[in-house]
Amino acid sequence: MNSAVVQLPGLNRDRDMVDALTKISGHAPVTVWQTETEIPDVDLIVIPGGFSYGDYLRCGAIAARMPVMDAIRHKAEQGVKVLGVCNGFQILVEAGLLPGALMRNTSLRFVCKEVLLEVVNADTAFTRSYIAGEVIRSPVAHHDGNYFVDDETLKSMEDNRQIVFRYAAGTNPNGSLSDIAGVINAKGNVLGMMPHPENLIEAAHGGTDGRGIFASALDLVAA
Amino acid sequence: MIKARVTVTLKNGVLDPQGKAIKGALSSLGFEGVGHVRQGKVFDLEIEERDRSKAEADIKAMCEKLLANTVIENYTIAFE
Repeated sequence: MNSAVVQLPGLNRDRDMVDALTKISGHAPVTVWQTETEIPDVDLIVIPGGFSYGDYLRCGAIAARMPVMDAIRHKAEQGVKVLGVCNGFQILVEAGLLPGALMRNTSLRFVCKEVLLEVVNADTAFTRSYIAGEVIRSPVAHHDGNYFVDDETLKSMEDNRQIVFRYAAGTNPNGSLSDIAGVINAKGNVLGMMPHPENLIEAAHGGTDGRGIFASALDLVAA
Repeated sequence: MIKARVTVTLKNGVLDPQGKAIKGALSSLGFEGVGHVRQGKVFDLEIEERDRSKAEADIKAMCEKLLANTVIENYTIAFE
């Protein structure tokens, strides 16, 4: 299964993402620079983490207006899977591909630690190798992961099962509304999450809890 | 040329941890009686345009598309 990793100035987790996708799928993903207006035929497009454009204006705000985002929007409309991790999640909400906004952590501190995630919806294209309610480990590293959405939108997201991951067991590191750690679009092919599953995919990382997200998205698990 | 100032503030109901921290810092400096503090952003724009209503429409579009995140922020436009 083919994948692409988007590169923008200031992103710094792109190599981790390329490494994870290569190890899990057996194929190196193509990399796509921000000025590209077309993306090759792939099954999964990943926007990795980092600090695109130095987090100027708002995290992800400038990146979300780059030409590559129109190409990603077009692919997403066609049903191609899109995963945004950390800054990638912030970029997806700024681009309007996912609802809500990611604000400064309530602690005002950058958090870099491991948290526990509850897999709220295990029926998505990204989570079908997990069991609903399963709690997995995942590292987080961010300053602006405090998810916010208005009450009405939150209600419709809950009704549509768009909350995919929640911080479990009091591990919410950022004050995120309703402990939300990851959300999916209504169509079910665009997932954004603050935690970094790509950093927990092999024994050397101390665990493989993150592997299932890529295995699911790359169709490497039984349906 | 038209000069305008755009002020972006958080919507009511959106928590502002930075504002809260600023309030705490003001208290620690001895400024008592400070109620809520809400922080925001200011953009001073110079627009190469003579028609003010055209400039206003452009600035409104800039706010909607980039300067403000209308999920969480409001904006106001003032002309010099």
